[in-house]
Amino acid sequence: MKPSGIRRFFDLAQTMENVVSLGVGEPDFITPWNVREASYAALEQGYTAYSANAGLLELRQEIASYMTDRFGATYDPATELIVTTGASQALDIAFRALLNPGDEVIVVEPAFVSYGPLIELAGGTVVPVACRAENGFRLNRDDVEAAITERTKAILLCFPSNPTGATMTGEELTEIAELATKHDLWVVSDEIYAELSYDEPFTSFATLHDMRERTIVVNGFSKAFAMTGWRLGFTCAPEVVTREMLKVHQYGMMCAPTLVQFGGLEALRSRDQHVPKMVKSYRQRRNYFIQALNDAGLPTHVPGGAFYAFPSIRHTGLTSEEFAERLLLEERVAVVPGNAFGASGEGFVRASYATSVEQLQEAIRRIDRFMKQFEVTTTATDSQR
Amino acid sequence: MYTSKELELLELLEEKGYLETKLLANLLATDEATVEAMLEKFKADGILLGFRAMVNWQKINRHDVTAFIDVKVTPKRGRGFDEVAERIYRFPEVTALYLMSGAYDLQVVIRANSLQDVASFVSDKLSPLDSVVSTTTHFKLKTYKHDGILFTPQVEDKRLNITP
Repeated sequence: MKPSGIRRFFDLAQTMENVVSLGVGEPDFITPWNVREASYAALEQGYTAYSANAGLLELRQEIASYMTDRFGATYDPATELIVTTGASQALDIAFRALLNPGDEVIVVEPAFVSYGPLIELAGGTVVPVACRAENGFRLNRDDVEAAITERTKAILLCFPSNPTGATMTGEELTEIAELATKHDLWVVSDEIYAELSYDEPFTSFATLHDMRERTIVVNGFSKAFAMTGWRLGFTCAPEVVTREMLKVHQYGMMCAPTLVQFGGLEALRSRDQHVPKMVKSYRQRRNYFIQALNDAGLPTHVPGGAFYAFPSIRHTGLTSEEFAERLLLEERVAVVPGNAFGASGEGFVRASYATSVEQLQEAIRRIDRFMKQFEVTTTATDSQR
Repeated sequence: MYTSKELELLELLEEKGYLETKLLANLLATDEATVEAMLEKFKADGILLGFRAMVNWQKINRHDVTAFIDVKVTPKRGRGFDEVAERIYRFPEVTALYLMSGAYDLQVVIRANSLQDVASFVSDKLSPLDSVVSTTTHFKLKTYKHDGILFTPQVEDKRLNITP
């Protein structure tokens, strides 16, 4: 198993000064004070013991009502929800529960760096299906069906996507759902960026016809609530699989940290106060940054969600890694090479706009200067919606 | 009466202060002419009143004095508190004036060069006004936060340069 492709750039960028970093996969907001304060108060009151394996019941109840209010999905807090240490651990227990040795999982690429390794650690085999740039990095139904074999156990989806920012409408997802029914597949839907949908309302995969009973929804607090370092996530899934995931969770993790769960409870209760403001701010920065990248000669599709731009760098004649390395060394702007997210990410880089407008403007000035050497002839019409 | 785009522009300006029209247009996914038209409308309607810098004078040891003065007044028939308010806010040293609920009526904020200047403002200008019944003066000792901006050192970005 290879170390994460991001790691090498991390090591290089960490040693340099005056770097404008667009390499960060997390919000630039600090967790809202009331959330930090709630965790602090729990510590003060001595909530230092284990919680139930599946998490504080109070938190599970709040998650259940959040899933209902926000996405129209109904789950029983007692038997269908597990609070995890981040969405990453949620994915881990999902695959360990689902997979037998040799089972295949269709992974929609370009994809978050952990997906493949987590599936392999659980004994599964990764079958990548590429989302194409000309399709705005949305998933094509026929591409998925072509990858299905007798050994296919599940499809792993992530929309809005890290690293492309692509989103899928309810209608588009329905085509994938029909495949899951037709071939009797599980779907693991990583919905960590659900709240960060800027143009279309988000559809939770579990709310599509026949999907609730075959979907494991993975979500968490990192992105929408600016709580990455807290490591807090959850799964929503039918009891039949939740029961199995809970075994993995109780032996491997026991429970998510209790103090952190109190923070999560406050975050959900005060979500209307914080989430819309942060979403609005990301949307504004997206609007600015995508336009500016296209103007700088990097054709970039307009991402409907998350906080990543995924510009094409093919016309520079460089590989993604060469581009990222030279941009870092020559102009001190850190982006992540697209091939870190799978072979189909080659020819692209991931640039996060979760940083201040001033930093984005500085990054664009540097990228502009950097791009001059490539005698770029592209125009804004190269950008795809 | 105002579109959500217009309100978004106002919120953005309130948070960030002055920004170039082109940047505003890009942030709001619109064009410069539209932004200019919105700005003109806000100015004409008395909604956008101006742009100011937030200066932390504490850093350069300027010894000016800020006082918050609670003022009880007798309202005037027909004009309520507005007439006396007008007489007070015309003094240039008054930086803010609010009509309050509770134990007093007007809160006057003044910035002056010294304690003596505050004292003479209260005794020579404010108290002699016919409607003024009483005053209670408080001095500001330190600013921690003003209009949403922290006056203590900001927290740096604690994130690593690259994360997945």
